[in-house]
Amino acid sequence: MGSYIVRRVLQIIPLLIGISILVFILVNAVPGSPVSDMAFNPSVRPEDIARIKHALGLDQPLYKRYFVWISHVARGDLGLNMVTYQPVSKDIAARLPNTLKLTIAAFFIALVFSIPVGVYSAVRRNSWFDNIGTVLSVAGVSIPNFWFGLLLILFFSVRLGWFPSGGTASFGNGSVLDQLHHLILPAFSLAIVELAGWTRYIRGQMLEVIRQDYIRTAHAKGLRERTVIFRHAFRNAFLPLVTLFGLSIPSFFSGALIVETIFSWPGIGRLAYDATVARNYTVIMGTVMMSSALVVVGNLLADIGYSLLDPRIKQG
Amino acid sequence: MASRSDEQTKALPVGAADVAEQGTAVGGRLEHAARRKAPGYLARGWRRFRRNPLAMASLVVFVLMVLFSLSGPLISKYVSHQTYENQVLGNTFKHPGETASTIQIGGPNSGQTVTYKYILGSDELGRDVLTRLSYGGRISLAVSFITLALALTVGLLVGSFAGYYGGWVDSVLMRIVDVFISLPGLFVLILISSMINNNKIVSNSAFYRNHGWLVLPFVIAVLSWTTISRLIRGEFLSIKGRDYVDAARVLGAKDTRIIFRHILPNVIPIIIVWGTLVVPGLILTEAALSYLGFGVQIPTPSWGNMLTDSQEYFSRAPYLVVLPGLCIYITVLAVNLMGNGLRDALDPRLND
Repeated sequence: MGSYIVRRVLQIIPLLIGISILVFILVNAVPGSPVSDMAFNPSVRPEDIARIKHALGLDQPLYKRYFVWISHVARGDLGLNMVTYQPVSKDIAARLPNTLKLTIAAFFIALVFSIPVGVYSAVRRNSWFDNIGTVLSVAGVSIPNFWFGLLLILFFSVRLGWFPSGGTASFGNGSVLDQLHHLILPAFSLAIVELAGWTRYIRGQMLEVIRQDYIRTAHAKGLRERTVIFRHAFRNAFLPLVTLFGLSIPSFFSGALIVETIFSWPGIGRLAYDATVARNYTVIMGTVMMSSALVVVGNLLADIGYSLLDPRIKQG
Repeated sequence: MASRSDEQTKALPVGAADVAEQGTAVGGRLEHAARRKAPGYLARGWRRFRRNPLAMASLVVFVLMVLFSLSGPLISKYVSHQTYENQVLGNTFKHPGETASTIQIGGPNSGQTVTYKYILGSDELGRDVLTRLSYGGRISLAVSFITLALALTVGLLVGSFAGYYGGWVDSVLMRIVDVFISLPGLFVLILISSMINNNKIVSNSAFYRNHGWLVLPFVIAVLSWTTISRLIRGEFLSIKGRDYVDAARVLGAKDTRIIFRHILPNVIPIIIVWGTLVVPGLILTEAALSYLGFGVQIPTPSWGNMLTDSQEYFSRAPYLVVLPGLCIYITVLAVNLMGNGLRDALDPRLND
């Protein structure tokens, strides 16, 4: 078991290096930088631009800049923000909690709705509940999450006035209740697609498991329906879900970028968006690297969780 | 598929001759039966698909959306009487059904007038929403299908080479796939998009100014080839050990011939199912990128970029939020349902 975990952890190192090279190449293929815009400013002299470029290391050859950057990444400060001259890690540290709050809330919303609906649909296969659930889940998978977010704002903020249309908290009011109030709409619009997808997946998994002989055995022993479903069936259907949760992490982050833009939510998605608009290299690289690392680590945790939960994968 | 039907046509004359000899005894009916080709895999799949009412309904809806998108010039000419970039600043935020203008026809004093309506309203610049939705649909659908073709080409090459050659080729290619899969999609897509759109050489070309949206499929394709390459690799791994592949090799067929003529036809069902299941995602990605301003650039309309500024006009013009999104939603929903039907019809595992 221990050796399996060690091996999986070691495997992510080349993966992260590969990601860092790809991200670096992509970012540096973007022509221009915050500095090149200064060329249009008549009060900035060419020698100043050269000086700033030198200070930021932009006059170095590409491979040298990569090693400078990767050493910053290894040290944890992710390089200097090209506009504010602060370590990028500071920007990310300021924003990351908001994104995590949003994604974790969305994750739990998706979980809380998809498990009961998926399980019940499978148990009452072809009932009206199942049929409605199936229609709604296809409808949910297909919905553009940014449009769903806009509709939520349109109805619940503009029309009904029940929820705020953006931000993380009201001005001068930082209470938990107020923050939750701000969290509900963005979290729902981030959750909707995964919620629907997971429901269908859970239903499918449960249908597979319910057909197995050991479920019939459990029924034959005279166990109660609820015991059979939750103790015998769901436990087995749950295992593949752990992998699915891991695989959903990238789409949560992509979704967060959009949802944060719509709801003016100051997270790293919004940070990446602003940095891309401003061509602030180091911040873009930092945010992409950070979220890729979270994706990789998330998948790793899902794999390890899977092997811990499934007694059949005890060997390394 | 081609190789299989080759073998069938070659085999047919032999069997047909046998039947013809005995034909007199059975009265010719057997001969007829032998000549009739058994319905192929895809034909049987289509037959199953046709029996699924939901899938057929969604096919119809999808075809209607495509027709609506293709008929942009017709709608512009005969229905809305507006081009997609025609701005009438006096007619901003006309609600759906409101009168656009009363136009004199047949000379200034003829007294004959025609009244046009904004059937689906007008936007913040007084442009007709119906016309823009139609033209926007063209762009959105074209981007998705070009992306599909690009992603398929790359995924097919990577997957088949990795699966066929195995060993270090496989390891290297699959590690590259791992890297791409771990990237948070939209973060990287807006980056690549800004990389291309900010490039002076690209953006100064006449082609870019007229057909700038054609950049977008290349951007989206960068991240969408990985799934199909993995699927095809898996299929190749399981197929390349079959006897008929060995037979082809013994006969002296080159690797490329074995890959493309003998193995590839067997993965066509997977490609079809993948295609219908991935198109919704591509439409949504295009819409999301255009919504964020990193996709199709104004004034070219797309369903995504029509939503971009709509958030500012919530209270004045909620239909500007609802309509473009509804087009995306209906199309994506239809393709998703179609994809489910197709998977049920073609998936060999459900075929017992």
